[in-house]
Amino acid sequence: MDFSLNEEQNMLKDSVTKFVRDTYSYEERQKLVHSDIGFSKDHWQTFAELGWLCVPFSEEDGGIGGGPVENMLMMEELGKGLVVEPYFASVIFAGGLLASVASDEQKAELLAGIIEGQSLPTVAYAEAQAGYDLFDIKTTAKADADGYVVNGHKSFVMAGASATHFIVSARSAGDQRDESGISLVLVAADADGVSVKPCKSLDGHRVAEVTFDGAKGQLLGAEGEALPSLQSAVDDAMLALGAEVVGMMERLYKDTVEYTKTRKQFGVPIAVFQALQHRMVDMFTKQEQCKSLLLRAVLSRQQNNDSFNKDLAALKYAIGVQGQEVAHEAIQIFGGMGMTDEMSTGMYLKRINVINSLFGDADHHLARLVELS
Amino acid sequence: MDISLTPEDLAFRDEVRAFLDQNLNDEFRSLASGGPTNKDAQVRWQKLLHEKGWVAPNWPKEYGGTGWTATQKYIFNTELALAGAPAVSPFGLQMVGPVIYHFGSDEQKAKFLPPILSSDVWWCQGYSEPGSGSDLASLKTMAVRDGDHYVVNGQKIWTTYAQYADWIFCLVRTNKDVKQQEGISFLLIDMKTPGIEVRKIDSIDNQHTLNEVFFTDVKVPVENLIGEENKGWTYAKVLLTHERTAIAGVPQSKRVISKIKGIATKEMRGGKPLIENVSFRNKLAKVEVELMALEYTELRAVSALAAGGAPGPESSILKIRGTEIQQAVSELAVEACGYYAHVLKEDEYIGNDYAADFSMSYLYGRASTIYGGSNEVQKNIIAKMVLGL
Repeated sequence: MDFSLNEEQNMLKDSVTKFVRDTYSYEERQKLVHSDIGFSKDHWQTFAELGWLCVPFSEEDGGIGGGPVENMLMMEELGKGLVVEPYFASVIFAGGLLASVASDEQKAELLAGIIEGQSLPTVAYAEAQAGYDLFDIKTTAKADADGYVVNGHKSFVMAGASATHFIVSARSAGDQRDESGISLVLVAADADGVSVKPCKSLDGHRVAEVTFDGAKGQLLGAEGEALPSLQSAVDDAMLALGAEVVGMMERLYKDTVEYTKTRKQFGVPIAVFQALQHRMVDMFTKQEQCKSLLLRAVLSRQQNNDSFNKDLAALKYAIGVQGQEVAHEAIQIFGGMGMTDEMSTGMYLKRINVINSLFGDADHHLARLVELS
Repeated sequence: MDISLTPEDLAFRDEVRAFLDQNLNDEFRSLASGGPTNKDAQVRWQKLLHEKGWVAPNWPKEYGGTGWTATQKYIFNTELALAGAPAVSPFGLQMVGPVIYHFGSDEQKAKFLPPILSSDVWWCQGYSEPGSGSDLASLKTMAVRDGDHYVVNGQKIWTTYAQYADWIFCLVRTNKDVKQQEGISFLLIDMKTPGIEVRKIDSIDNQHTLNEVFFTDVKVPVENLIGEENKGWTYAKVLLTHERTAIAGVPQSKRVISKIKGIATKEMRGGKPLIENVSFRNKLAKVEVELMALEYTELRAVSALAAGGAPGPESSILKIRGTEIQQAVSELAVEACGYYAHVLKEDEYIGNDYAADFSMSYLYGRASTIYGGSNEVQKNIIAKMVLGL
């Protein structure tokens, strides 16, 4: 049994830590949030140069053959920095999905585009009526002479406004809630019939509603059989988000501990009050427990354990509930300062809440855990 | 023991309901539900209450109060909140007004009280400072007497709606050489006085509520001192311990719960409306149990007041439990709305017409356990005053 990282993994982790520490102060991050596109294309090129954009891809696909452990290391550190570049949406989620379903010709073009930093694909999977069910799809895809025609509306498309391509989950057969009959269609963002309504989310990221009105695209993978691949990409995505939350929880408890050492009331640092000490110990405990669930699920994925679905549901449940609890406590202990946008504390809470609402919230995954037990 | 209302109380309740039917519209309701603040509508609502003579139920009748019993005040607050009416801005009517009629001079009463009642003059509160939050008595903003005025220098923080205020009531230090609490005075300051600067604080809910207020050589006439110099702490404490109605927010929480139930019939989970989800219903039911308990805790305090006594130790938990329940309810509202709760409501935004507002009140509501004496400070007070520790 060995939880230590190998040399390459340590170097990868260190390179992200260094980038966040040297170039991604919270103040700089907020400048990016308020910029036109909401992130930095220069940073994105740096990501390409540092080799981060090829982490999840196999060596045949031009990557470094990273897996769940490498994704975890990246996302934990990016989470600490509240990084807004669409690494999660475009590289881990969309990139991971493309790597698993695209043909060799499609991969040669699309994955190369991602790795060079030129393509920013995103997955358009969510629909308003679906709740958290991936298979609940009204959007349709119909084959025609030179591709597929997509009609429908996607509700919460991450990094939607800056996307170059949409990977649309659409129904090519069956009824709205059938698990079969689902296809993935790649639609270029500038194709006719695509309209994007952009919006900011509270965590400083950008999202969009996207409407496809007779938009043409190409099929990815086998027609009507996309759900297992989509679910598998979502599973990897949830692992990555779990790592992001664990990284944020670490910063939340450490920042709180540091703040209480400097904030004086009644003539003493508030860190001396036992009532607060115990609460910070609880924050630390929750972070460590979530980190353990993260490692459990990541290693379970790596080893293809039968227990993976359960391990993943436990992780997503715990980061939803305990991530929010730790962030609430941090704000309370920071007092008025915790209510300001000047501190990153509130931003961690907002990011944790957004993540809780993606791919099923804590309640959804607790129910799933019950089903699997 | 009998919890039923008298025929007089029931008639009063009907009168309040009739007033609300006639006057409370959606524009006024939107002020209570976490939307952006609209001072103009807030003033119009308060003027309607004032015309009816109901804007200051807590004030003694001679100064413009209603002369209601404790039960009537409870009925009034409950009916307004259940109907979704906005709360009155507290700084004039509930904070500085009572200080002025208790401790102010006749000239001060005549000058300041009528425009508070008519909502023509708006106040904000200058208590907290960057280094003085829970430890308020350590405040450092100085007021130095110079002939017929004071010269004020220093900084206040977390000043809610300072950007709308005509006047600010401040605790200032007038003596540095005595015990902290004995060198504080209570000053009324015109916000138009040269040397005052208001700076916005960007807060996590993306609304402009909080401010910093800076004072640089601000000249304040001596006649704006309340009571005696260096007695300000006593006046402020009387205000804090003075009867504070509706602090538990029970009807407000009830109203949000009923909204959540409405939303949960529209939001879908697993192909069914969320309201059919057992886990979600259990969570709602648990918070409702807590609210049922708090409602009766408040009624026990009201009935003690109505009988002419002081509320018992049960009243000390109203702020703590009330704010905790408000937060729990707003968390459920956000949960019910799914990802659309987390979009920023600008001119153009995605989702529906209710989700983003819930997030704003959820995020701003994180402050409710911090302001007005943080819940940690409240627990210290209960440990000392109630449990005798």
